[in-house]
Amino acid sequence: MKKSYRIQNLCCANCARKIEDKIKKIDGVIDAKVLFMVQKLSLEVEDGALESVLAEAKRIAKSIEPDCEILS
Amino acid sequence: MTKQQKQLLLRILISAVLFVVAACLPLSGIFRALAFVLPYVIVGFPVLKKAFFSLLRGRVNDENFLMAVASVGAFVLGEYPEGVAVVLFYAVGELFESYAVGKSRNSVAELMSLCPDAATVFRDGEWVSCDPEEIRVGDLLRILPGEKVPVYGRITQGTSSLDLRSLTGESVPADVSSGDAVLSGSINLSSVLTVQAEKAFEESTAAKILSMVEDAAAHRSKSESFVASFSRWYTPLVLLSALTVALVPPLFVGNWGDWIYRALEFLVVSCPCALVISVPLTYFGGIGGASRKGILVKGSDRLEALAKVDTMVFDKTGTLTHGVFDVTHVDGAEPKKLLEIAAHCEEFSTHPIARSLREGYGKPLVEERLSEFQETPGFGISARLDGRLYFVGNEAWMQKQGHTPPKTTRAGTHVFVADESQPLGIITISDRIKENAASSVSSLRRRGIRSLFMLTGDGNAAAESVCQQVGLDGFWANLLPGDKVETLKKVASTSKGGVSFVGDGINDAPVLMSADVGIAMGGIGSDAAIEAADVVLMQDDLSALPKAVFLARKTHAIVLENIVFSIGIKVLIMVLCALGVATMWHAVFADVGVSVIAILNAMRTLSRK
Repeated sequence: MKKSYRIQNLCCANCARKIEDKIKKIDGVIDAKVLFMVQKLSLEVEDGALESVLAEAKRIAKSIEPDCEILS
Repeated sequence: MTKQQKQLLLRILISAVLFVVAACLPLSGIFRALAFVLPYVIVGFPVLKKAFFSLLRGRVNDENFLMAVASVGAFVLGEYPEGVAVVLFYAVGELFESYAVGKSRNSVAELMSLCPDAATVFRDGEWVSCDPEEIRVGDLLRILPGEKVPVYGRITQGTSSLDLRSLTGESVPADVSSGDAVLSGSINLSSVLTVQAEKAFEESTAAKILSMVEDAAAHRSKSESFVASFSRWYTPLVLLSALTVALVPPLFVGNWGDWIYRALEFLVVSCPCALVISVPLTYFGGIGGASRKGILVKGSDRLEALAKVDTMVFDKTGTLTHGVFDVTHVDGAEPKKLLEIAAHCEEFSTHPIARSLREGYGKPLVEERLSEFQETPGFGISARLDGRLYFVGNEAWMQKQGHTPPKTTRAGTHVFVADESQPLGIITISDRIKENAASSVSSLRRRGIRSLFMLTGDGNAAAESVCQQVGLDGFWANLLPGDKVETLKKVASTSKGGVSFVGDGINDAPVLMSADVGIAMGGIGSDAAIEAADVVLMQDDLSALPKAVFLARKTHAIVLENIVFSIGIKVLIMVLCALGVATMWHAVFADVGVSVIAILNAMRTLSRK
């Protein structure tokens, strides 16, 4: 399934790229894109994996950019 | 400016002032170091904090960490001003970047502000305000002058003019009155309108355009993917080179301090930020700027593909021509009389040609004047008008009457008119070519489109005439809908840069999809076209095509400039630093300067021209 989330305080394009790279590696993620210009995360995950993926994605985002938050 | 940006600016200013003061004070030794530590910490604190966290996680190839190493290293080597300058200018670059990104985001958001925040709906006997998303089909809406139309609907009361600029780029307001359809996103200009909603908000044009532009960012171009993978390698590579410079040469020539200083200079240019931000920013601006002109591009990759297109193939009917059949020529001794005869004789026919004839005549028909009406399918009609016998039909119909049909070179469908003794003349019915078709084709050529062709299901004569008048290189006629895809593939195999197909999107969706770039014209209202096409021209106007090509090429050129320029300057600085020619000051200025210039260059796509 596909879903997209707003991201707050994502202020560096290179960090966005790094966050995207890491989220793509989470188990259950088919595709992920961190869209810096529109401040969005678009996720495509296997059915049932959404919750765990999202929690992990939030943790990753925080670890790379401490101020940044994925809103859900 | 946002709150964060203001804070950053304040930090930069305070730090800059303290920096100048420290540089002017006649201090030496430990006091001089302390004087510089204050401005350093004020502006460099966020960098130090992030660097600390990266170190805790063992990520030594993080830009913030490398920046911190460079500045702290400069302090240790006694180069205090350089140490401050590294973080100070890094912050200046960051502020500029976030300001520029915010500005272009707002500028696109503004032009995308197609949806009103509230709508006025008639519910339970009174006018109430509600969220546009709550509008139901059938609701009556009141739209005051200055307000935006929230959903697609039809006017039940009122006369006004609508501003469609943000929707189609058309600057002349459209006059509308009761019974006319109104598009969501258009602005009511002069007086109150009552509109009955015919579509829900999610299905309205405005909502569709919005989600399309947002989705466009997800379709990345090759240049963006290149930059992403480049930046993945860039920082570790710089780190490695820095270590090499710091450790290898001094083993042979000594002078450790000097080589370590040179290595620290490398770290200053370790952030690929300029590149990583400027490329998506350019595409974002390009797509935003295009939609302001009524050109919707569905992704950065499509914009990139359009920039490379060197061949364009047009559909004929409805794209190069109006798709409406008109009487274009009447050749005979008495043209008016000829039309009068033909229109009357075709009075009872339901054939589209008969309708064109009646419209061409334009006056009411008098049934009583007609007698002995007889239709021979596949040939034509014989009838008496005011008592005289006439024949109206095709060439074969004339021969059947024993007449030699007159010759004509005019393109289109011919209707022959004759009486008992002789042919009287020919009426030519054809599709009218759009007024700006020829000029648009020639400006496409000037924009670098090398070959332009046409596909049509119509016959050779009609196709050749349009082809010549518009100035195309060639055509394929008599095509069945299925043949069009095959023909397009044939054309594509001869093109280097890619093929674009331009159609009205009504029944050429498969062709639109099989082209490298499918362009649908007059996209408003046709959902099939919006689905199938890569680029949608909101207005049914061919002159938007050269504009679209121009924008795509301009965007692509800026992207290339930024990639070459950013990488080039960084490599150059590293070489100069390694040779000991450049100082840390040069590295700092080069790094921030590249960012600022690349971002300014990217923002050219937002210009109104």
